Amino acid sequence: MNSNPYVPVVSLTEDDFSNGKVLFRHDKLDARYAWDTGIAIGAFLGGLKGGVILGSYCATCRKIVTPPRIVCEWCFRPMRRLVQLADTGRVNTFSLCYVTWDVKRISEPEIPAVIEIDGASPGHGFLHKIGEISPTEVHIGMRVQAVWKPAAERCGSITDILYFRKL
Amino acid sequence: MEREVAIVGVGWEGFQPTTPHYSYKELIYQAAQKAYHNANVDPRKDIQSFVTVAEDFIEGTSIFDEYTPDQLGAVLKPMHTITGDGLHGLITAYLMIRSGICKIAAVEAHSKASNIKTLSQITHYALDPMLNRPFEFHPDFIAGLEMARFLHEAHITPEDCALVVQKNRRNALENPSAPYGFDYRLEEIQDCQPVAYPLLESHIAQPADGAIVVVLASREIAESLTVEPIWILGVGWCNDMYNLEYRDWGHLPYVTKAAQMAYHQAQIQTPSKKIDFAEVDDLYAYRELMSLVALGLISKHELPDALKMGKFHSTGQLPINLSGGSLGMGNLLEANGLAKLVEAVLQLRGQAGKRQLSFPHIGLVQSWRGIPTSSAAVVILASS
Amino acid sequence: MSLRKVAVVGAGMTHFVRRAKETPQELAFKAVRVALDSCELTLMDIDAVCLGTAPDSFDGIHMNGEYLSQAAGAFRKPYLRSYVGGGTGVFVPIQGWYHVASGLFDVVLVVAEEKMSSYYPHAQAAFLTIFDHTIERPLKPNLLWIFALEMNRYMTTYGLSKADIARVSVLHKRNAADHPCALLGDPNITVEDVLQSETLAWPVQRLDVSPVSDGAVALVLAAEHVARRITDKPVWIEGVGWCLDTAYWTNRDLAYPRYVEMAAKMAYEMAGIKEPRKEIHIAEPYDPFDYKALHHLEGLQLAERGKAIELYLNGDAERSGNLPICPSGGLLGVGNPIAAAGLMKVAELFWQLRGEAGKRQVPGNPKRGLAQAWGDLMQVGTVIILGR
Repeated sequence: MNSNPYVPVVSLTEDDFSNGKVLFRHDKLDARYAWDTGIAIGAFLGGLKGGVILGSYCATCRKIVTPPRIVCEWCFRPMRRLVQLADTGRVNTFSLCYVTWDVKRISEPEIPAVIEIDGASPGHGFLHKIGEISPTEVHIGMRVQAVWKPAAERCGSITDILYFRKL
Repeated sequence: MEREVAIVGVGWEGFQPTTPHYSYKELIYQAAQKAYHNANVDPRKDIQSFVTVAEDFIEGTSIFDEYTPDQLGAVLKPMHTITGDGLHGLITAYLMIRSGICKIAAVEAHSKASNIKTLSQITHYALDPMLNRPFEFHPDFIAGLEMARFLHEAHITPEDCALVVQKNRRNALENPSAPYGFDYRLEEIQDCQPVAYPLLESHIAQPADGAIVVVLASREIAESLTVEPIWILGVGWCNDMYNLEYRDWGHLPYVTKAAQMAYHQAQIQTPSKKIDFAEVDDLYAYRELMSLVALGLISKHELPDALKMGKFHSTGQLPINLSGGSLGMGNLLEANGLAKLVEAVLQLRGQAGKRQLSFPHIGLVQSWRGIPTSSAAVVILASS
Repeated sequence: MSLRKVAVVGAGMTHFVRRAKETPQELAFKAVRVALDSCELTLMDIDAVCLGTAPDSFDGIHMNGEYLSQAAGAFRKPYLRSYVGGGTGVFVPIQGWYHVASGLFDVVLVVAEEKMSSYYPHAQAAFLTIFDHTIERPLKPNLLWIFALEMNRYMTTYGLSKADIARVSVLHKRNAADHPCALLGDPNITVEDVLQSETLAWPVQRLDVSPVSDGAVALVLAAEHVARRITDKPVWIEGVGWCLDTAYWTNRDLAYPRYVEMAAKMAYEMAGIKEPRKEIHIAEPYDPFDYKALHHLEGLQLAERGKAIELYLNGDAERSGNLPICPSGGLLGVGNPIAAAGLMKVAELFWQLRGEAGKRQVPGNPKRGLAQAWGDLMQVGTVIILGR
């Protein structure tokens, strides 16, 4: 070997900051966006506001997918037809999560799950949460149904469905 | 001259100040299907590699490349993202085709600038966090510094820069894809608030939305397709100093180096004689002039007279930004370079409508990634 | 146009630490310095620079590639930053490869840097913004969710136990004890330690996961005619492959990474490899979580579906085994500064194939190795094959 290829760096601990051993600067980015939802996701959100789950149909692949889109990613043909799906489905996979998105510990876990929606082609679903259940009872393949917010409170958001519960 | 890689298809959607009817994916899809139709290729069967250019904070999504494949027909194919201007993406596809790893590739760039509510704060976040951000200047101060030094060194006036604005926004009137066409009088351009003296608000390209897709192919493929190939004769790209403290403020050495690399490859010794037209960076009006000097298309001393004589007008000796440039088409963020490239392709194909030059052979396209970067790219194209 | 031969001729890396005093620029500079020294070149010899770094939100700098440019040695040089999320670390040498193979450049510097500790208070919160802004972020997802969802699907599909999967973490962290740059090497760790660590998002526990880290790695690539002048031990890039699957990850089979299979097949075809299980002597699959190494070994066709665990149970995965896996210690042991971690794997192959891996050296003069990384929404595979 011509030379040592491993170079050390100075490793700091949290104490080095609190004791003032190193200087630092805090900065916060003010990044705000207003994303256009467009045709397909716009329709999907509109459906949720009305209490229904929508998918889209590919006439070439003969497949119904959700969330809907305007082009089939497999055949690259347009998907022009929206399809109303059931608000029931099956748990494809789930987790019992004891930390929040910003790494705060929680004692009662959140239960994220991929829910395959009834009426869509097999294996097609979206991310949501499971509620009204003891964590130990959740299992892959469990039948579930959406629990909706009251119609007056729905605003066209994925959170118009509060969670899915065991059917 | 080398003719190894060609542009065989272009498609675009926009450009408009806002595009509320489409999500970014749908906007890109529109551009993609047009480009594939233009090249007469099926992305699922024919295209072997895909490149997108994007920056996370511009999209508002971390690891944005996650969301790139579906609307391009690129699912389960080799696809990657370059954080650069669209010309950097085009160069990437060019390198891949030359390497032999693929024979046909697509490049995509887009802007949903209208969806970004705090663009200047995000640009500010590109500055050095310790040395520059604490001043909390509006990031356009960097353009002010650069413009001031350039005017000083080149004996150019703010009125000369207004001529650039006038020309490009008039050119845009002839471009159906350019939303900022306007027939301004010079005094209307000058009678405007300074943003960072000597830079006026009217000298700055305004944001726009749009998407562009370009299809490239190796020589053997290009010659077998039905469309007339536009050949890539040379490419160049270069970065200078990131730190503001060490920049050569009156010059763009990175543009010069990028151009030299492209000229060398294209075997062009005297660019001002060989290049028939150019689409160059004009995110700020003074940058068009600075870029022309850096590209070696004109000397600093000849510049004031050339401007007065209208050398760069659509009817002049060296038409610059016939498309309307960024001042006319809008600042399409990372898509700026490809918007200009589309114009060059249309001109060389003879499809530029009312803007069409008579029989151009060689066009040059140059882009800059904008403030605060020192990153430029150059591509030289030729008709068959 | 033919494929020009490209070699790795030099490599260097910083130690991986939880929180480095160095700025991102200083980390990149340090790695570049030792990589150039390792092959006795200077920046004057470098024709172009390729950079890899994962989300800008970690470093807290928009256009982080521009910020890093001069520290990565790109002053007045052609410079591009490529990006495929977590797959970036193995993609950036592929990017370097096509730069040289294009014929435009002879010597190219490849740099990967990550400083995750800048994000305050914890880098994980930055991952909220990797999810779809309209239909996923309102659910406040955690990065751990997608790994836990995938791990659960994988375990359940093939009936694997947590205790078996923990063997991956144990082997990699033990291997890392021999790596001078490692953050979490532990020669004495046991399966029990993993199973008793804190549950973060069942089935994922603390010691199933690689640590958030700071670090940088650099390689020097050269065209054949130059490589032989620089070193008498060039290590050739024999195959490259990459593949990106759909963003609609909730419409996919999470138990099997098809995109890794496609990337691997592309690389095997280029390298002329017909029987990867016989022809690959060292594998560095991407291991940010222990089950991921298994998942990837299956995608890479180095094990049958659901059977990769057997390599760990029967000892094949050990340095002295039939198919040494992550002799470096992997991300689980050396650390996971995203892009730098992937490139560390490629550097490891370089040292192993030259017989320069010190205490980590795999016996028997290995001739060919594979490194792989993975990223995005469980979506992208990047594969490189090196040989001598």
